[in-house]
Amino acid sequence: MSQIKVMLIDDELGFTSIFTERLILRDIDVVAVNTAEDAFAKLKEFLPDIILLDLKMPGMNGIEMLKILKKYDPAIDVIIITGHGLGLDREEAVKMGALEMLLKPIDINEVVKMIENAYKKKNMEQDFLKTNKI
Amino acid sequence: MNTKKNNLKTMSGLEYYRLFIKKMVILLVIFSLVPIFLISFVFRYYFLTSYSDKLQGHMSELVQKHKQNIDNFLQERLNNIKLLAESFTIEQLSNEEFLQKHLSLLQKEYDSTFVDIGVVNNDGIQIAYAGNYKLVSANYKDSEWFNQVLKSKYYISDVFLGLRGQPHFIVAVTKQWNNKNYIVRATIDFNSFNSMVENIKIGRTGVAFIVNKTGQLQTKNTNNLQTIVIDFLNKIEIEKEEIHAVQNLKYGGKEFIFIIGSIKGGQWRLIFQQEQGDAFSEVNNARQIGIMVLLFGSIGVILIYYLMSRKMIRFIDQSEIERQRMNEQVIESGKLASIGELAAGIAHEINNPVAIMIEEAGWIQDLLKEEDLKDCENLQEFSRSLLQIRMQGMRCKDITFKLLSFARKTDPRAVKIQVNNIIEEIIKLSKQRARYRHITIKTEFESGLPEIMASPSELQQVFLNLFNNAIDAIGTYNDEGLVTIVTKKVGENVIISFSDNGQGIPSANISRIFDPFFTTKPIGKGTGIGLAICHGIIQKLGGDINVISEVDVGTTFELSIPLIVEKDAEELLTE
Repeated sequence: MSQIKVMLIDDELGFTSIFTERLILRDIDVVAVNTAEDAFAKLKEFLPDIILLDLKMPGMNGIEMLKILKKYDPAIDVIIITGHGLGLDREEAVKMGALEMLLKPIDINEVVKMIENAYKKKNMEQDFLKTNKI
Repeated sequence: MNTKKNNLKTMSGLEYYRLFIKKMVILLVIFSLVPIFLISFVFRYYFLTSYSDKLQGHMSELVQKHKQNIDNFLQERLNNIKLLAESFTIEQLSNEEFLQKHLSLLQKEYDSTFVDIGVVNNDGIQIAYAGNYKLVSANYKDSEWFNQVLKSKYYISDVFLGLRGQPHFIVAVTKQWNNKNYIVRATIDFNSFNSMVENIKIGRTGVAFIVNKTGQLQTKNTNNLQTIVIDFLNKIEIEKEEIHAVQNLKYGGKEFIFIIGSIKGGQWRLIFQQEQGDAFSEVNNARQIGIMVLLFGSIGVILIYYLMSRKMIRFIDQSEIERQRMNEQVIESGKLASIGELAAGIAHEINNPVAIMIEEAGWIQDLLKEEDLKDCENLQEFSRSLLQIRMQGMRCKDITFKLLSFARKTDPRAVKIQVNNIIEEIIKLSKQRARYRHITIKTEFESGLPEIMASPSELQQVFLNLFNNAIDAIGTYNDEGLVTIVTKKVGENVIISFSDNGQGIPSANISRIFDPFFTTKPIGKGTGIGLAICHGIIQKLGGDINVISEVDVGTTFELSIPLIVEKDAEELLTE
């Protein structure tokens, strides 16, 4: 099984640096960006399987970002990680296309499990589409 | 001390309006009624004066007319006798048959006004007589009229009884025949004279009578006036042609008008008399009607203003209450919004650093696994410490999550709840704390209490808050602390009350206890957010929270949560 590619979008440097290391330690290929611009810049070359997205960021609101991401690739899986849920609760986030919404601080093992499950599901779907051509 | 959070009104504004309206209405009443009364009184005064003048004028005219009639009557009777004396000789007049013939003529002409005719010689002996009385040879030498007629040639006597014992008066003329004085006299019937005066009648009490100079009645007086009144009227000096009026003469408890005219050359007086009330009866009637109109008019005006003011006060009351309610709503939503924003802000600001802390701890834990630290004696202690950091971090998250759940707009799932069960759970949780402080917990639950729709965690939060507050209020204040929890159904509401016998809340603080961050607990012990959160939660349920408190007696918090009809509940559940 190839490495899962995860993009971490969060303006908190202190968080992204450590969380990236910990994910890498758990055998996940991670790219961390701190602004929306960086995210869009690296999106095309990196082609992440999963995106971890913070809701509050300078430059662009996480909700807007989610909308744009889902527009760009409806198959992309986005997990929202936020310090607060004001203005958006889990149900709303899911309705808008997010896979899940987690409230900080988060349990890394839980996140990893979620990422792996999402990746597995995605691969199965892709395999299904590849092997069953009409 | 009872304050309802929802109805915290400053009544001063309302009272100010009420007072203002009352004053305005009183002013309006005064300004509407005063002119009416003023006009009425002025009108009445002028009307009365002019009416009185007119009435007096009318009476005077009447008296004047009758005065002339009576004078004419007397003059004519005298002229009749004069003619008799001038036209015939003494021989003819001494003939009784002749006299009788002329008496009959006169009686025929003047309706038995003349009773008899006689001729009296110089010595006062009646030498001839015609009439019903046997008065031939009657001696009149000492009679007043006899002496007067000798002096003044013509004379009309006062009314007297005379020899015949009947009221009458005499008209006499002196005439010389053969150098001797003879007197031709006639007796005038009292009744026919009296009827002239008796015919003067006005109203119910208006009558006339005649008195002579000494105050003796010359005609009948049906009113039986006392002589004192007549004497009083007689003393008034009047000219021969003058008509004099006396008003407001009080006699026998009544007021009278007298109109006096002089007749018979000033020897007699014709007096007209009427009760003032009778004379002014029309005016009195008009006045009574006027007073009634004025009275009913005034009552009407006052009533209209009163009703108008009541309507205005009610209107202002209502709009004031409306305004207050809107104000409160604005304040409430402002408060809630500010708490919400603050909570969200705190949650975000705290959760992010806490997340970093936990990640750092996790990173150390990850790294520890990489290292070969089997020989490190403190490895276990490191792991425990890191776990503790993680757990405490998660605890922070729980706290901020609670804050957020309060601040969040959307309703955390409402379900059907049996209030009694939730309170039981709360009591179980806090029993230890209460026992430690020697506080007894008493519950009075209504069995079969209907369920309500609410979020269990929110309701728990409210009950726990109120329960803990009750325990804190007792604290060390009361050694025999008692917390009473009562649930009951009242109308379409479930009422839940938490009562304690603690220190009570001073009235100055009562209106502020639901304000966010208001606390009387020592620093570090209370955040002042508990009751604000309770208030927010209960309000969201469409309920109400009241506090009744008395210092040194205790405090009762009473929650009122509306029951949701089955249909609404289903709708909510399916949403």
